Amino acid sequence: MAEKIHTINTNKWIDNYADYLYNYAISRVNNSDLAKDLVQETFFAGLKSAKNFKGKASERTWLVSILKRKIIDHYRKINSKKGQAEVRMNFYNDGENEGDWLEERVPQKWDNTSETSIENEELKDQLEACIDNLPEKYAMVFRMKTVQEFETEEICKELDITASNLWVIIHRARTQLRKCMEDNWFNN
Amino acid sequence: MFKSLKITCDEATTICDKNQYGEASIKELIKLNIHFIRCRICAKYTKQNMALSKLYKGYSKNCKSIKHCLSSEEKDALKNALEESKQ
Repeated sequence: MAEKIHTINTNKWIDNYADYLYNYAISRVNNSDLAKDLVQETFFAGLKSAKNFKGKASERTWLVSILKRKIIDHYRKINSKKGQAEVRMNFYNDGENEGDWLEERVPQKWDNTSETSIENEELKDQLEACIDNLPEKYAMVFRMKTVQEFETEEICKELDITASNLWVIIHRARTQLRKCMEDNWFNN
Repeated sequence: MFKSLKITCDEATTICDKNQYGEASIKELIKLNIHFIRCRICAKYTKQNMALSKLYKGYSKNCKSIKHCLSSEEKDALKNALEESKQ
């Protein structure tokens, strides 16, 4: 059977794909302004390389592959030295008792555990504030894995990281989040 | 043999986090359970972590139900910018 050859029609791009690409971007970066910028950059890059479109994939698949590239570039940017300079809380000993809990960071007993439904707006706001407090790289990986529930393999592929790298990030994000929720919700 | 099953609290909580997504291996879970025998802090972490996972699950459901769209003004601006760059 002959392979279907897709064609390109740049005049229809915004109507056909803008919302799809915007949703795709926002579920990864969770920042509407940044997502809009990434979508715009994707269309510009697509226009620039339209002559390279071979028609093997659909227009949408092709545009998504460009957007994916933009997201990796963004991830690399926040993972650069500037990104790594963000404050990271340390929970475990470095010296003699390496890997054991630091005394001042040991999980405390929670006083207020009666309300854990996300329908509670206050609780939802607090959780969002704690996620927003994470270093951007941690927040992005945590959201992709926990909120959007992407497969580990998919995240690793999209962000060009290894699985062990992903678990270290998830661990650091969750440890920091637990502490933030403990201080601001469960023991507040 | 038993030495290889000994892990630090940092490693134990990493396994615990991985297990919240059902992705810890059998060997890792054995190490974690052996660690719990001597470490009540990590056992407490795990209990609290499970409560948080439940919370995150509800939050995830809530977030995924929201469809994000660009406004017609934003789409028009994007169309104009794209048209301009064609010239």
